Amino acid sequence: MSNHGRPLSPHLSVYRWPVTMAASISHRASGLVLAAGLVVFAWWLVALAGDAADYRAFANLAQSIPGRLALLAFSAAFFYHLANGIRHLVWDLGYGFELPTANASAWFVFVLTVVLTAGFWVAL
Amino acid sequence: MSLRSPLGRVLGHGSAKEGTGHFWSQRLTAISNAVLGVWFLAAMLGMESFTQAELRAWIAAPVNAVLLTLLTLSLARHASLGVQVVIEDYVHGPLMKVSSLIVMKFAHIVVAAAALFAILKIAVGGAA
Repeated sequence: MSNHGRPLSPHLSVYRWPVTMAASISHRASGLVLAAGLVVFAWWLVALAGDAADYRAFANLAQSIPGRLALLAFSAAFFYHLANGIRHLVWDLGYGFELPTANASAWFVFVLTVVLTAGFWVAL
Repeated sequence: MSLRSPLGRVLGHGSAKEGTGHFWSQRLTAISNAVLGVWFLAAMLGMESFTQAELRAWIAAPVNAVLLTLLTLSLARHASLGVQVVIEDYVHGPLMKVSSLIVMKFAHIVVAAAALFAILKIAVGGAA
């Protein structure tokens, strides 16, 4: 059966990942990380609303190595989800679907995420 | 007997019966998350030392309290809609799917309520 030029089903385990595929699943993954981050955001506010011991407990945890890694992950997820979310909104307007454009914007989003995350922690 | 015309009842409701509500809420909260999220991170960059007193004073300023409230509502709505799609995609079986969705929706409401209460307490609750 000849199917030259026809799209193939993405069998994930044998498929060479195009960058657009990585960008797509990263959007979902970063969204889930941010949903967890929302819990920590609420926890931070509740700790701030509590007494000094409440906030010290939160701050100690946030400044521990796992805490810092978590905050780094939340910030990277935020910048990725923000940049790629804008990419999605541009798609919603009907622009940027051409393959070279979609590939380039995916790479741009990944690079921008690294730059913004690094810039944020340097500036903080 | 309804006063609404048959056309009025079906307009915008499509075969999924709920129309584009989910899609639109996700996009609108994406925009508000982007604006308010960047505002929040910029404010964090402006903090001196992240002491409890400094952060409480910042939250207690009316503009910040209102924007933080809006950020919390916008984030929680967007997250709830997003995680909903993930559950609908990956959790199979009607019982598991619906029960996960119910737990997830309640969890978002609890988290948002806790954050909103904390903001209010700091903003209007007086001294620490």
